Amino acid sequence: MSVSPSSAPLIALRGVRKSFGHLEVLRGIDMDIRKGEVVAIIGPSGSGKSTILRTINGLTPINEGSIRVGDIEVGDPKLDKVKLRHRVGMVFQQYNLFPHRTVLQNVAMAPIQVLKEPREQVEERARRLLAEMRLPDKADAYPGELSGGQQQRVAIARALCMEPEVILFDEVTAALDPEMVKEVLSAVRKVAEDGVTCILVTHEMGFAREAADHIYFTDRGVIVEHAPPQTFFTEASDPRTKEFLSKVL
Amino acid sequence: MVGDIQAFFRDLSGSGINLTIFYDAFDFGRFVTGLGYTLLLIALSGFFSILIGAMGAAVLSLGRGPAASVIRGYVALFRNTPLIVQMYFFYFAIGSIMPVMRNEIGLAQPLIGGLAWAVISLSLYAGAFNVETFRAGIGAVHRSYEEAALALGYTPRQVFVSVTAPLALRFSFASLANNLVDLTKATTVAYAVGVTELLYVSNQIWSDSLNTIEMMNVILVIYLVLTGLVVFLINRVEAAMRLPGFGAGGAP
Ligand SMILES: Nc1ncnc2c1ncn2[C@@H]1O[C@H](COP(=O)(O)OP(=O)(O)OP(=O)(O)O)[C@@H](O)[C@H]1O
Ligand SMILES: [Mg+2]
Repeated sequence: MSVSPSSAPLIALRGVRKSFGHLEVLRGIDMDIRKGEVVAIIGPSGSGKSTILRTINGLTPINEGSIRVGDIEVGDPKLDKVKLRHRVGMVFQQYNLFPHRTVLQNVAMAPIQVLKEPREQVEERARRLLAEMRLPDKADAYPGELSGGQQQRVAIARALCMEPEVILFDEVTAALDPEMVKEVLSAVRKVAEDGVTCILVTHEMGFAREAADHIYFTDRGVIVEHAPPQTFFTEASDPRTKEFLSKVL
Repeated sequence: MVGDIQAFFRDLSGSGINLTIFYDAFDFGRFVTGLGYTLLLIALSGFFSILIGAMGAAVLSLGRGPAASVIRGYVALFRNTPLIVQMYFFYFAIGSIMPVMRNEIGLAQPLIGGLAWAVISLSLYAGAFNVETFRAGIGAVHRSYEEAALALGYTPRQVFVSVTAPLALRFSFASLANNLVDLTKATTVAYAVGVTELLYVSNQIWSDSLNTIEMMNVILVIYLVLTGLVVFLINRVEAAMRLPGFGAGGAP
């Protein structure tokens, strides 16, 4: 994307630490993500990738360090969670669509109930987003009647309907059959092309390489190294990165 | 038509099966009154017990602190003591310290009568079971749905109302049906505080007409029909709320 490297980062993590009981899951994470950038986080299972995403929208509170999104300090005890989650959307591995709501309701309910926007306006936007996700005729279906790939595209539309600046994608293709992976990845690519800042945890190395502006590699709660994809995939320096890449590539 | 039926049962009584309620207008009247009160007890106590169960479970799942402790104490007390003792306690212990009104002709009339105490008592009793039923239903809702709603900016209260409660309700039907069947049968305990429900009037009938065995059978059949109706109703509601393509489990 066209990103001027000098502009202040939209999202900044500084020395973020998080423990679950005695288990220290994040051990000092620093990240800078600029507006419009697409960042991929890769790394072995259990290295803390999901936890990083969840700290950014405040689903998981941190023990130490700071996280800033625009002018919002995420660790602030007086944090306005609605404001933060208006700006930062999230898409989950298991879609997590509400099974008792139709597709259209899933997409439109949060802007109506949380942001108090007028229903007609939101539903119009929701239908447009469903069309963009190539699901125009599924508005009145229930999530249980859709394939995994379709459900995940509804989940992306649901995140987009809040008109966020940033969307966090947590292994959004990991639960899908190979032929559905493609349709969801192209939906993610579309989101990125529309200028939404994307932070994605993924095991799709090909996609990370081609779609991301920057790649972070995590292992055991630290960021081992980060670089633009060309450099990352060819000139990785740390032995842990090399070992990981040798397994997945 | 009615005359034929009455004639049939009058003839039948000659052969030893004496169902006075089908040919004697007075017994029939008493019986219908009893059935009416039983239906009233089921409807009112059923309604209030569901209300109590839902509110109690909501408090337990949203709040900690004193309110939750009160609910836990209530459930323990009402679930673990006999219903008839509870009803006597309300009617005789609490009823005796309640203010007494005078009616138009100057007779003493308690502010809360037997019927009202029976409804209060049955509602609290079945409500305690319903709290547990709904609490289990809430526990069956996978945490990931709640997280998805939180990530969309919902407050914990909004998450409960818009996501957790509607899903929990669907997981609660089987157990709720059990509790309401139990409540239907438990309405007979209102006999003990003088509510003229089915068992009460049947007792009057068999005392007068000496047809205990016949009336016992009638009562058994009636309760089978009533509990069947309760289950049928709940199954209808459950079917109407069934989610297309969504299994019984709570996992996504
Ligand atoms: N709520 C929690 N309570 C306790 N431990 C947790 C919790 N959430 C995560 N963990 C632990 O934190 C560690 C990192 O988890 P995380 O989900 O961030 O890993 P991940 O890199 O996303 O792994 P994966 O690729 O398997 O999704 C794991 O060891 C996990 O067991
Ligand atoms: Mg993960």
